[in-house]
Amino acid sequence: MPGPAARLIVLTGVTGLLIVLTSHASTDDISPGERRSGRDFMAPETQAIQADDTANPGMLWVLQGAGLWTQKAGPADQSCASCHGAAQASMRGVAARYPALDAATGKPIDLTGRIAQCRSERQGGTALPRDGDELLALTTFVAHQSRGMPIAPPDDARLTPFRDAGRQIFTTRMGQLDLACASCHDDNWNQRLAGSAVTQAHPTGYPLYRLEWQGIGSLQRRLRNCMIGVRAEPFATGSDDFIALELYLMQRAAGMEMETPGIRP
Amino acid sequence: MTKALVSVPKTARRGDIIDIRAMIAHPMETGYRMGPNGVEIPRRIITRFVCTYGGEEVFFAEFFPAVSANPFVSFSLIASASGTVGFEWTDDQGQTESASAEIVVT
Amino acid sequence: MTEPTTRDPLGNTALGRRAVLAGGIGLLVLALSVRALARPSLQQAVAGFTGGAPVTAGRVKLTLPPLVENGNAVGVTIDVESPMTAQSHVRRIALFNEKNPQADIAVFRLGPHNGRARIATRIRLATSQTVIAVAELSDGTYWSSEANVIVTLAACIEDLT
Repeated sequence: MPGPAARLIVLTGVTGLLIVLTSHASTDDISPGERRSGRDFMAPETQAIQADDTANPGMLWVLQGAGLWTQKAGPADQSCASCHGAAQASMRGVAARYPALDAATGKPIDLTGRIAQCRSERQGGTALPRDGDELLALTTFVAHQSRGMPIAPPDDARLTPFRDAGRQIFTTRMGQLDLACASCHDDNWNQRLAGSAVTQAHPTGYPLYRLEWQGIGSLQRRLRNCMIGVRAEPFATGSDDFIALELYLMQRAAGMEMETPGIRP
Repeated sequence: MTKALVSVPKTARRGDIIDIRAMIAHPMETGYRMGPNGVEIPRRIITRFVCTYGGEEVFFAEFFPAVSANPFVSFSLIASASGTVGFEWTDDQGQTESASAEIVVT
Repeated sequence: MTEPTTRDPLGNTALGRRAVLAGGIGLLVLALSVRALARPSLQQAVAGFTGGAPVTAGRVKLTLPPLVENGNAVGVTIDVESPMTAQSHVRRIALFNEKNPQADIAVFRLGPHNGRARIATRIRLATSQTVIAVAELSDGTYWSSEANVIVTLAACIEDLT
């Protein structure tokens, strides 16, 4: 229930970190051996919630997604399962490869975008709102089928310019606090922001259940929180900028283990 | 659709103490939060949780706004007979949701 | 020698500003105490549960992490030493907090069919504070355990507007 007073403390925390960061402007990549999931930065109690499916509240959305997977929708009267069969087999490893190239547009599309596209173009149903409960549940259910598998970004040269654009965003200072993603997550991941650990920003557990949200949320929602944190105007949900950033982050986390549904503070 | 996850062992020996867990999707909106534009978000919480075993009440909980969103509770039971373990959550608007699981006791 | 009276461009004297400020603080203190009166103290909440019967520290083990990453979901485990027989068992367990807007957290009812008086749940804590678990046994006695929790805050939270 943290209210406005709590928010003020967080802001003070960010400002405090700024003093440290301005004296340290280089943006070096994290070496592969040093990469750590956000899970490793959490308290043992929070890790325990993620580790146990009977206690992990993210599993409630996996359950909802499993129900939606077999539910017929739209004028085509088809369910996801009508085409894809059992997700346990057909969707295994799929989320680990997203965002992927969308042949029709020649641009990358993320998993949520692909599911939404399937829904409106193949099932012919009404478009699902991007951060709505149903699309989140379906995305969580599909991503959960890749849990334990290594993140495996597609080796497709057509994605390179978008990945480069994502890296550009990651390393560009923005907002009133004039911080880049890299200022915290490449250069200061072993520091703390007030009481919270600054993590390495590997998107291993998305969609994930954030205790702060009291619900499940997308990677783009988390990125929006970061941008608000540095007082930048967040990109629009589903925008090319966000997809490019997601694409770069998944490349940066290549080989790390998928955790969906992750738990984070 | 009820979004609830319950955990009951499928089998147990008579007299065993078994671990029961129950979790349900619910915002547990406290009534103390402001939404955008300073408008108070009305309270909406689950106030009662009941577990039955073979039709008898074996565990009851009264929840207040300080119980986390998507309430989780775990407790124990003595496995006495094969049957249904039932779970029922009631919110402050009188809506109920339920779930159940079967246990075989040998 | 008299001190010159300072005036701001609006013509208010420094004293005037201070008086206004003091008045404002007075109102704030009043508002805070009205708000504090709205909830019972931890002791009053416990007394409400026990009907004023004495509560002894012991027999109950309340486990909470001493340092919490987010007050929205704090794992709590309560264990009560009891044979859990028809003759001697735990009837109820209540959890109360010191500084949330409301003192009550949850009340659990159990009995001999539970075999073991062990309950786990997740609770909200608005700030660093004391949490107490009180158990009512079948002989009518009350036992308790307290824990102090430091609640830290998540970084980069959402702008709700």
